[in-house]
Amino acid sequence: MATAAAQQTASTQAYGAQGAIGDTTAYQSVFDAAVAADERIEPRDWMPDAYRATLVRQIAQHAHSEIIGMQPEANWITRAPSLRRKAILMAKVQDEAGHGLYLYSAAETLGTGRDELLDKLHSGRQKYSSIFNYPTLTWADVGAIGWLVDGAAITNQVPLCRCSYGPYARAMVRICKEESFHQRQGYELLLALSKGTPEQHAMAQDAVDRWWWPSLMMFGPPDDESAHSAQSMAWKIKRHSNDELRQRFVDICVPQAESLGLTLPDPDLRWNEERGHHDFGPIDWTEFREVLKGNGPCNEQRITQRRKAHDEGAWVREAAAAHAAKHIGETGATRA
Amino acid sequence: MSTPETTAAPTASPIPRAAAIALGDDALVLSHRLGEWAGHAPVLEEEVALANIALDLLGQARVLLSLAGDEDELAYLREERAFRNLQLVEQPNGDFAHTIVRQLYFSTYQHLLYAELAAGGGPFAPLAAKAVKEVAYHRDHAEQWTLRLGDGTEESHARMLRACEALWRFTGELFQPVEGVEVDGKRMETAWLASVGEILRRATLSVPEGPRSGAWAAGAGRQGLHTESFGRMLAEMQHLHRSHPGASW
Amino acid sequence: MTNTDWPLWEVFVRSRRGLSHTHAGSLHAPDAELALRNARDLYTRRGEGVSIWVVPSSAITASSPDEKDPFFEPSADKPYRHPTFYEIPEGVKHL
Repeated sequence: MATAAAQQTASTQAYGAQGAIGDTTAYQSVFDAAVAADERIEPRDWMPDAYRATLVRQIAQHAHSEIIGMQPEANWITRAPSLRRKAILMAKVQDEAGHGLYLYSAAETLGTGRDELLDKLHSGRQKYSSIFNYPTLTWADVGAIGWLVDGAAITNQVPLCRCSYGPYARAMVRICKEESFHQRQGYELLLALSKGTPEQHAMAQDAVDRWWWPSLMMFGPPDDESAHSAQSMAWKIKRHSNDELRQRFVDICVPQAESLGLTLPDPDLRWNEERGHHDFGPIDWTEFREVLKGNGPCNEQRITQRRKAHDEGAWVREAAAAHAAKHIGETGATRA
Repeated sequence: MSTPETTAAPTASPIPRAAAIALGDDALVLSHRLGEWAGHAPVLEEEVALANIALDLLGQARVLLSLAGDEDELAYLREERAFRNLQLVEQPNGDFAHTIVRQLYFSTYQHLLYAELAAGGGPFAPLAAKAVKEVAYHRDHAEQWTLRLGDGTEESHARMLRACEALWRFTGELFQPVEGVEVDGKRMETAWLASVGEILRRATLSVPEGPRSGAWAAGAGRQGLHTESFGRMLAEMQHLHRSHPGASW
Repeated sequence: MTNTDWPLWEVFVRSRRGLSHTHAGSLHAPDAELALRNARDLYTRRGEGVSIWVVPSSAITASSPDEKDPFFEPSADKPYRHPTFYEIPEGVKHL
């Protein structure tokens, strides 16, 4: 992709990274002071290479997750059991495409074009959230994804609205605002099933049983094993530790499950008066690592579909570019 | 019982049920087809665009079907022969060119239809007044893409020609009279041919010369006769709902 | 030719009449007209706007952070440009 470089040049005016000409230490201290003062770092500010690389990696992974995350839910659009649910689900999957776009935009401000990022996704060099490598086997899975997966994502994302990198923080503000309906619709969907026929109730319980543990894994490995956490916290890209957020999520979910009339599949789950938190059972990190490595139930399927959509769309993107090249300067749009 | 969030304002004249079902089925079926694109669009921006159109159509379908009865009963519990949609809208997505041409043919028709219904002041006027704005955008979307794909690359041009030809024979049905829809079909057809013809010419595509109806299936969608792929589409759409009789969702 | 020829556009949205256009984000499009439509679909699907501008990202000239001091600091020591600089006797109204 020779064009990533071209794109970077094209966007230099607005976003171009400032090269560290001269004294890097002086730049570094300005950067450190800004982060310490809780100021935002903006695209054209000098920033350490590692900070830039960490952000690109994290924002790209986040964007990829939105795009791959469309698949398990889109799987049920054509089978949604009522027209109301169908409209909600379509709007939700559409939002995920939109959120992917906001995030790719944020990544582009760091000088990495979307094509380069998509290329890395398609070739397996960048990851997306492992949770989307689990299958949606029944309609209730749409509800469980909304309640648990989006719930975990929101717990992770709300602190990102205060992330030190301005464009990422602004994208997250927009995303969190729009996502507030995602979790609620999932909860409402499960509630309808839980209160429905015995078959529907069983369907809901089965979905929660399958999605609970993978949702807890979404917060990433335990703090003492997390490779990037400490540096990200220092840079204020990350504001809370994995374990802290995971605990917060468990504490939120327990009473919500009760109101749903569903149980969480953890015999060790109980309130700990002393800690003021719920204790919960051990997470199967072997499964987590296996899915991460590519051995989850849907890894192959998800990436194959993504590549196929991209490849089959190539002629469309080429045609539009060719048309634009032929008709340059003919636009009818006006200033308003 | 399910009711859409937006219901049309009550009007003095009674709703012609057959017409509400025919127009509602058009919107329902096309929305379903567009929904199949989710996760498969050629570029991310187009995921958002196609979903917007699908959601507009689903909204129209819910209002129209609710005028005729319970929207979910009508969508999920009718047999194939009871659907009154045009055969055009049930055609599979094909490649992006097929989808765009289907959009161009249908949204041009729907725009003319709703503009006339909105102006006519009949029972569909309130719905049509809102929908005509949505449909104007759908038509514009189809036009923009027809121009780019028709006059893009050699490959996109060839794909568009194929799509225009393949779907042409489903366009005669658009102007068959529908009981309870008070529009001048002949005048609409002339306007449709002019509008579509002009866009195809600007897109360097030729207007197909073949017949505008099949030898056997002329006008059949509105009478409940559909094409092969429609049964499969309905099976998928209705399966879950029918597996749990009487359940609420 | 590859798909990467779709350039980047910056999107500005007027959220309602009486307000100015504000930067909303960016997107890719092959040309200005599709950029405008993509912006409509992406940035105003919850009724966030009444008017949209799209600008090729490459057309924006930005001030450099290196010029921050010469650009912006000189304006910080001109307090007489602000109304609070002036002392007015108590009781004087409409001033």
